[in-house]
Amino acid sequence: MFAVFAMAGEHFSRPPIDWHAASPELILLGVGVLLTVIDIVWKERARALVAGLASVGLLAAMIPVITLAVDGEPRSMFGGAFVVDDYALIMKAIFLLSTYVVVLMSTNYISEGDYWENEYYGLLLTSVLGMLLMTSARDLISIFVALELLSIPAYMLSTWRKRDLKSNEAGMKYYLMGVFASAVMLYGMSLLYGSSGTTLLSGINEAVSGSGGPSAVVTLGIVFVVVGFAFKVSAVPFHTWAPDTYEGAPTPVTAFLSVASKAGGFVGLMNILFVGLIGRDDVYQPLIWILAAASMTVGNTVALRQTNIVRMLAYSGVAQAGYMLAPLAVLSTDVVTTGGATTIVADQALAATVTYLAIYAAMNLGAFAVVMAVARKTRSAEIDDYRGLFRYAPGLTVLMTVFLFSLAGIPPLGGWFGKFRVLEALISPGTAWGSALAVVVAVNSVVAFYYYGRVAVKMWVEEVPDGNMDRVSVPASLAAALAITSVVTLAFGVGPGLIGHFTQVSLLVGVGG
Amino acid sequence: MTDFLNTWGLTAIIFVPLIGAAVMMLIPEREEEAHKQIALLTSLVTLGLVAALMIDFDYDDAGTLQFVQDKGWIDVINSRYIIGLDGISIPLLALTVLVVPLVIIYSWHHIPNPGNAKAFLILNLILETGMVGTFIAQDLILFFLFFEVVLLPMFFMIAVWGGEDRRYASLKFFLYTLFGSALMLLGFLALFFLAQDPATGAALHSFDMRLLTESAGSGIVHSTQLWIFGAMFIGFGVKVPIFPFHTWLPDAHTQAPTQGSVILAAVLLKLGTYGFLRIAIPMLPEAATTWAPWIGLVAVIGIIYGALGCLAQTDMKRLIAFSSVAHMGFVMLAIATMTPFGFNAAIYGMVAHGLITGMLFFVAGSVKERYHTLDISRLGGMLIQAPKLGWILGIVSMASLGLPGLAGFWGEFPAILSAYSPANGLSEVTFRTYMVIAAVGTVLAAGYLLWLYQRTAMGEPSAEFADDPNITDVNTQEWLAWTPLLILIVVFGVLPGLIFDVTDPAVTQILDNCLQQPDGCTSVVQAAVGG
Repeated sequence: MFAVFAMAGEHFSRPPIDWHAASPELILLGVGVLLTVIDIVWKERARALVAGLASVGLLAAMIPVITLAVDGEPRSMFGGAFVVDDYALIMKAIFLLSTYVVVLMSTNYISEGDYWENEYYGLLLTSVLGMLLMTSARDLISIFVALELLSIPAYMLSTWRKRDLKSNEAGMKYYLMGVFASAVMLYGMSLLYGSSGTTLLSGINEAVSGSGGPSAVVTLGIVFVVVGFAFKVSAVPFHTWAPDTYEGAPTPVTAFLSVASKAGGFVGLMNILFVGLIGRDDVYQPLIWILAAASMTVGNTVALRQTNIVRMLAYSGVAQAGYMLAPLAVLSTDVVTTGGATTIVADQALAATVTYLAIYAAMNLGAFAVVMAVARKTRSAEIDDYRGLFRYAPGLTVLMTVFLFSLAGIPPLGGWFGKFRVLEALISPGTAWGSALAVVVAVNSVVAFYYYGRVAVKMWVEEVPDGNMDRVSVPASLAAALAITSVVTLAFGVGPGLIGHFTQVSLLVGVGG
Repeated sequence: MTDFLNTWGLTAIIFVPLIGAAVMMLIPEREEEAHKQIALLTSLVTLGLVAALMIDFDYDDAGTLQFVQDKGWIDVINSRYIIGLDGISIPLLALTVLVVPLVIIYSWHHIPNPGNAKAFLILNLILETGMVGTFIAQDLILFFLFFEVVLLPMFFMIAVWGGEDRRYASLKFFLYTLFGSALMLLGFLALFFLAQDPATGAALHSFDMRLLTESAGSGIVHSTQLWIFGAMFIGFGVKVPIFPFHTWLPDAHTQAPTQGSVILAAVLLKLGTYGFLRIAIPMLPEAATTWAPWIGLVAVIGIIYGALGCLAQTDMKRLIAFSSVAHMGFVMLAIATMTPFGFNAAIYGMVAHGLITGMLFFVAGSVKERYHTLDISRLGGMLIQAPKLGWILGIVSMASLGLPGLAGFWGEFPAILSAYSPANGLSEVTFRTYMVIAAVGTVLAAGYLLWLYQRTAMGEPSAEFADDPNITDVNTQEWLAWTPLLILIVVFGVLPGLIFDVTDPAVTQILDNCLQQPDGCTSVVQAAVGG
């Protein structure tokens, strides 16, 4: 680290850059800049263009992701601080595609609501840029920069309905909590840096792992870093911002926060745990065990009492974060044999969480898309206003049922496979703690069905409250979002091999030891 | 043609109902006749395919899986698309594909409120896919998938087309079953990781039910086996339902529309007992021996409790629902003996209960339609007002109470008899005590069924309904839907060998791991615990 600075003092030479590996980020950056320029030059006339341009940018960034995946060679830059491997690529693809769906959901909402449009998409792309960086970040500094890059635009997006008090509250709460979390995390990072002398995760791993207990400084560092990310992924007890922010923010932004932003937090957490702290499972395992069990149980229990569907989905999101955290609670370098081939427990946990993230993105975005479509008619997100939906919007009812039951993990809808991978990862090490958490997951899925199923019953069984049987008009882009998410949800459920193949990734190999 | 059938026939019976459902989705809702015709046609094609497969089936080798398909499915978790048919599956598969078209025929003029034949029939077909798939799946994950697919259509059938309390009943049904299947899945996963190849001692890491049956729990510590079996016990037990998990059943049956009740009674409950026969006991025989006395205990509690419950009911449908608890108790008692005789009796009991109780729910549905009530105290004199309906109720009640010459007898009597000599390693005293209690249960069964018949069919019609023009006798749709069931109830009553001959080789085969030992299952136990 210091050697680099010393060299820079004499004659600075740019480290070699693998342009191919960096191109998804560069394309997004270019399109983001272009959006801003168009806004400055064309002002109001640009409004018609921006949504389309943003979608094109997101899809264009997918091209290098695919070519890199076909190439298959893990690439590393900046002394190992920026790594492009299969894991990074699948996560990049998830971020780009889910944001594409968010853009589809935003198109009508933002233009009809008479909000600032050009800036909206500019900020959205900036936030995704941060997420893409996060997937490749293997260094404390790049992780922190990526985290801020993805968070700060999200704070502003939450307040996009600026004349609405709730939206202001949402953004303010999110901002204050987020900044607090960042500070805690940064402190943790400084402790880790202090005890290892490097910001590179692989270096930290060498320094902190080993026989004998960890020093108090390392323990504190790990706890603070994990807690910082726990805010981001809205794990209990650091979830309190989520319901208020979700309720107040514009619905497409809520969808974005609940899927992409949460996944961003998970990616950062996984990078640090798998690459930097894997040897210290004695510290993080119990911590994550508690976070996971608490998130599921509290999230599901509180969701039972919700009367607003967005708040219900927020608490369901807290519970889902618990499911996704669960495999990380058994994370270790131990080896088990599966199907004749030996795998490291860590790889299995990673594959489980990544699979769940991919499926969760599709089903949760879908659920929010239906919420938006229904709100176009009812102007409400109260669960009671979903009564009798089947009578006037049978198609939306079927879709909502698909998404909710998928979230509940009912086969043959996608969610079951995610949950299955989580349970598999928990049972495979054969430890009592892992099996106990598996039972917690299983019992929680039953509790969760109560509130998902209750909404389904309201939609299918009850009478329309005001007798208003007008159809719901679903604009084309929202319909496209619904189509994409529902097809993906069903496809993952019936042919889990599709996603299973891509999410069978490893972080330990990619880093080169 | 025969080759094609033998290769793809089983896959076809899973997917034909789905294709029918997909076609119906494309047709607008107002074309009600078209929906009914397509649904009926689809279910008849499925029935035809199963009949063709049953003709091709080699009955001399009924213990071996036939028409096996084994294809890659989810490679990352080592789960495969494996399906096959043997003597245990055949009777249940045949029952399923027979009941579905009958239910569709019955629905011709009986789409329950709030209508919408399209959605109702599509759900019936999806249900058929799930039930058929469960009975022929040979991979635990595939089995689990079909087992769960059944839940959704039944949930909506109760929730949308059910009675007054349908919201409560549908959620209760779903939550109970989901709780069971969540634990069951954990059990499956534990088996996946722990089961070993008995010959080499290498880890199996497979969901293949054939391999796991062969392995029969070898290499798994006894205490762990008990836990895994316990998880499956709850999973399958909720579905059966075994006492104390049975409380969802009366609510679900009472609130479900007639068609839902029929399918629930005729097929869905059998998914649980089938799970015991096919998965829980053969894959963990050692744990099963430890659990068996307890299974037998809850089975006889179920018999007596169900019967006493019946005596206390005032609603005809609820009474039939409680009689299901009692009858499934006999099936579970037979299963708990872990003998081929008991298993054969259990399968016979499952088929007989499916035919008879399915029929009872049909009759209850028709009574409800005519009298607009199922309150037993308000009914009466059916033999005068609707004599044919009254006589049918009579025959079916006799069948249900186990009158010799009708199918119910062969479901009940061998089950009781099997408890006389349970498998080696099980306490004879305990099981003979159960046998006596179960025999008392048959007396109670005669009591509540005859009492029901006396109150509803005999005597004079009550003043309330005496001149009601709605009360007509059995109509054409009902005859069409009911005749096959009535004929089979009599045929199986006279010729029990029709089923016993098919199931026996398969049952012997699946219990082989116990039977090939000189002392039965005990020697497996001793070998495993090293004592």
